[in-house]
Amino acid sequence: MGPKRSVADMKPGETAVISDFLDDNLSTKLLEMGFLPGTAVRFNFTAPLGDPVCVSVSGYDLSLRIDEASTIVILN
Amino acid sequence: MAIDKKLKIALAGKPNSGKSSLFNKLTGLNQKIGNFPGITVDKRTGTCQLNYQTVAEIIDLPGIYSLYPRTLDEKIVAEVFADQNGSFYPDCVVLVADATNLKNCMLLLTQLIDLKLPMVLALNMMDLAAQSGQSIDIQELSASLDLPVVMINGRTGQGIDDLKAVLLKPILPSKKLIYKIDAEIKPLVSTIKNKFNLSTEYEAYQYLQQTDNLVFLSAQDRAYIFEQAETEKFFPHKYQGAETVMRYGFIQDLLNRVILKTSDPEWKKFSYRIDRVLTHKVWGYLIFFSVLFLIFQSIFAWAQIPMDFIDSTFAKLSNTLDEFFPKGPFFDLITQGVIPGIGGILIFIPQIAILFACISILEESGYMARVVFLMDKIMRKFGLSGKSVVPLISGMACAIPAIMATRTIENWKDRVITIFVTPFMSCSARLPVFTILVALIIPEDKLFGFFNYQGLVLMGLYLLGFFAAILSAFVLKLIIKTKERSYLIMEMPTYRKPKWANVGYTIVEKTKSFVFEAGKIILAISVILWVLASYGPGDKMKGAEEVVHKESIGKNLTENELESKVAAYKLEHSYAGIIGKALEPAIKPLGYDWKIGIALVTSFAAREVFVSTIATIYSLGSTDDEQTIKGRLKSEINPETGGPRYTPAVGLSLLVFYTLAMQCMSTLAVVKRGTKGWKWPLLQLVYMTVVAYLAAFVVFQSFS
Ligand SMILES: Nc1nc2c(ncn2[C@@H]2O[C@H](COP(=O)(O)OP(=O)(O)OP(=O)(O)O)[C@@H](O)[C@H]2O)c(=O)[nH]1
Ligand SMILES: [Mg+2]
Repeated sequence: MGPKRSVADMKPGETAVISDFLDDNLSTKLLEMGFLPGTAVRFNFTAPLGDPVCVSVSGYDLSLRIDEASTIVILN
Repeated sequence: MAIDKKLKIALAGKPNSGKSSLFNKLTGLNQKIGNFPGITVDKRTGTCQLNYQTVAEIIDLPGIYSLYPRTLDEKIVAEVFADQNGSFYPDCVVLVADATNLKNCMLLLTQLIDLKLPMVLALNMMDLAAQSGQSIDIQELSASLDLPVVMINGRTGQGIDDLKAVLLKPILPSKKLIYKIDAEIKPLVSTIKNKFNLSTEYEAYQYLQQTDNLVFLSAQDRAYIFEQAETEKFFPHKYQGAETVMRYGFIQDLLNRVILKTSDPEWKKFSYRIDRVLTHKVWGYLIFFSVLFLIFQSIFAWAQIPMDFIDSTFAKLSNTLDEFFPKGPFFDLITQGVIPGIGGILIFIPQIAILFACISILEESGYMARVVFLMDKIMRKFGLSGKSVVPLISGMACAIPAIMATRTIENWKDRVITIFVTPFMSCSARLPVFTILVALIIPEDKLFGFFNYQGLVLMGLYLLGFFAAILSAFVLKLIIKTKERSYLIMEMPTYRKPKWANVGYTIVEKTKSFVFEAGKIILAISVILWVLASYGPGDKMKGAEEVVHKESIGKNLTENELESKVAAYKLEHSYAGIIGKALEPAIKPLGYDWKIGIALVTSFAAREVFVSTIATIYSLGSTDDEQTIKGRLKSEINPETGGPRYTPAVGLSLLVFYTLAMQCMSTLAVVKRGTKGWKWPLLQLVYMTVVAYLAAFVVFQSFS
């Protein structure tokens, strides 16, 4: 097993399952927006400058900054 | 129960679910609508005739995902539901859900169920849900939640009658309890519930969770809650995450049962395909700047014909009336004060309409959210956030709603900086000033036979304002310190074909409010100005003719020239002339004379007054037959040089001054409200005025 990966490390088109959060404050907001441990998240595309990124979770599309995406740990 | 009390119905739901669309359908009002999360940032009420004898009060609210607010607009909603004695506390809630994406509409629903609020679930966007191939078991949904469920379409109004019918029947709160309070905090929750006489445990739990937001309680009461929480070791965060996970557990379970057929992922394909182009590395920015460019070109090129028409019509009207009316101060007021004043407002309708049409299309299509996405990284370098782009773009229409729109920015520092720099964006009130001056000093030629030079200069002025905004933001970023974390977690709406009726309403509403709001000020100032410019202290005014005649002896002037001289002398010695003269030393280095000085003073109330002020002053100061506004400016002579007053240097200096100066009292008032104090608006006023003065000085000195 490699080091922990986060949503920020995913590639466009990749799908993964959320396992944990690294930032307590942000996690309450992320949970509300449907980032639940055990749900699938799909990395859609990044903005032209590489930040923010667009992901799909719980059936809809969201934009996130890399900073925020890197607090969402995924299973690998 | 009092029968004559109006039923209060609140519309709640996640951002962009169609609450305002439903509000408009129910009340017949024109609340602003757009395909962007966070269009509505304040509560608004209207009335709805449910049937021929029952009237309900409808409350439109900003969108929220949950009862835990993070931004100012969300706090407004949380407060409505927390304050049972507040004047907005609803008797019943219509939860407006986006049927294409039920899951993230349900979190709030389950929270409101636990507050035991009588509620109706309105599944909106049924047309899109049907398109996506999704099918829902409504009966099961209604039974599982113990709530009435109605299907509606906020765009066409389908299903609204069903909703009204449901609202007419007595609605009971759902008997479900979704979140069960943890056993270890039950005693604490009970203490709070009893102390404040609350009806549900969940409400008491909310009191503990967000004590800071209970602004309707006294400081003592809040201190009491804090104390209790501390002694019982209640840590809000610990429970909040667990609560959300538990609620989503319930929601997932419910959706597994009621969604008979999930939506076909294909239905969003079109939206994704557009995104691939609009957020492309190269095309993305290219398209964004082309869109902006197109807006400026259309404002200039398309609006010209109707504007010229309006200008000459008013000139003719003024002339005709002038001949028709007998001479006298009252009729002079009408032909020289009121009519040019009204003309100075109406002439800008074509441009204002085009500008608002463009902004409204950007919002209705869903493109605005992509602009936020594209610009976030760049904006952060300058101390702003991607979300600042929306206020900055709507600042091109008017700074007042733009500053209100900053409420959706979570981070205090980002928000204050955005508020501070937004007035630099050239608003529609500057457009009149720009139009007149640009038309005066820039030739009408075309570059490569296609790009209108005047349009290019206009775009340059907008860019100047934009750069002033982001550079100021950059400076502020270095000065203001904060530890608060900023984030951008925003829903990306799917692209939609704009509803043209919405675009049309926006144009009509905004143009109307421009004409009436600006019109009131312009008209009032025109009249005041006319009085100030026609009367003066002492005997100077009365003796004007004598003095001029004496001076002119032996100069062989024609009757007409003599009359002109008298008019000019009178203006110079009027109250307005005295004010302008007093200001002249300060503005001379910018290339302005005392007549322009008068316009600067009146422009402080609202900058669009410039045009009508100048028109009134020049018409009073001469007896020319020239009646169009542009013509009057063109024929104004600078007595020192004998050449035209509006040389390119003076024109450019004025343009730069009007781009950068803070000349709008209403904006200052809104900034004061938004930042809760006089500190920021005053800083803004001083800073912008100084910047404008220096820039205009540099421009005038280097061009003349
Ligand atoms: N196709 C379709 N579009 C709809 C429907 N209802 C609303 N819309 C569109 O959805 C978008 C959002 O509508 P709004 O009424 O502004 O939504 P809101 O909930 O008030 O949004 P916020 O004020 O941002 O929280 C607009 O573009 C509407 O035209 C519907 O039933 N069908
Ligand atoms: Mg709304």
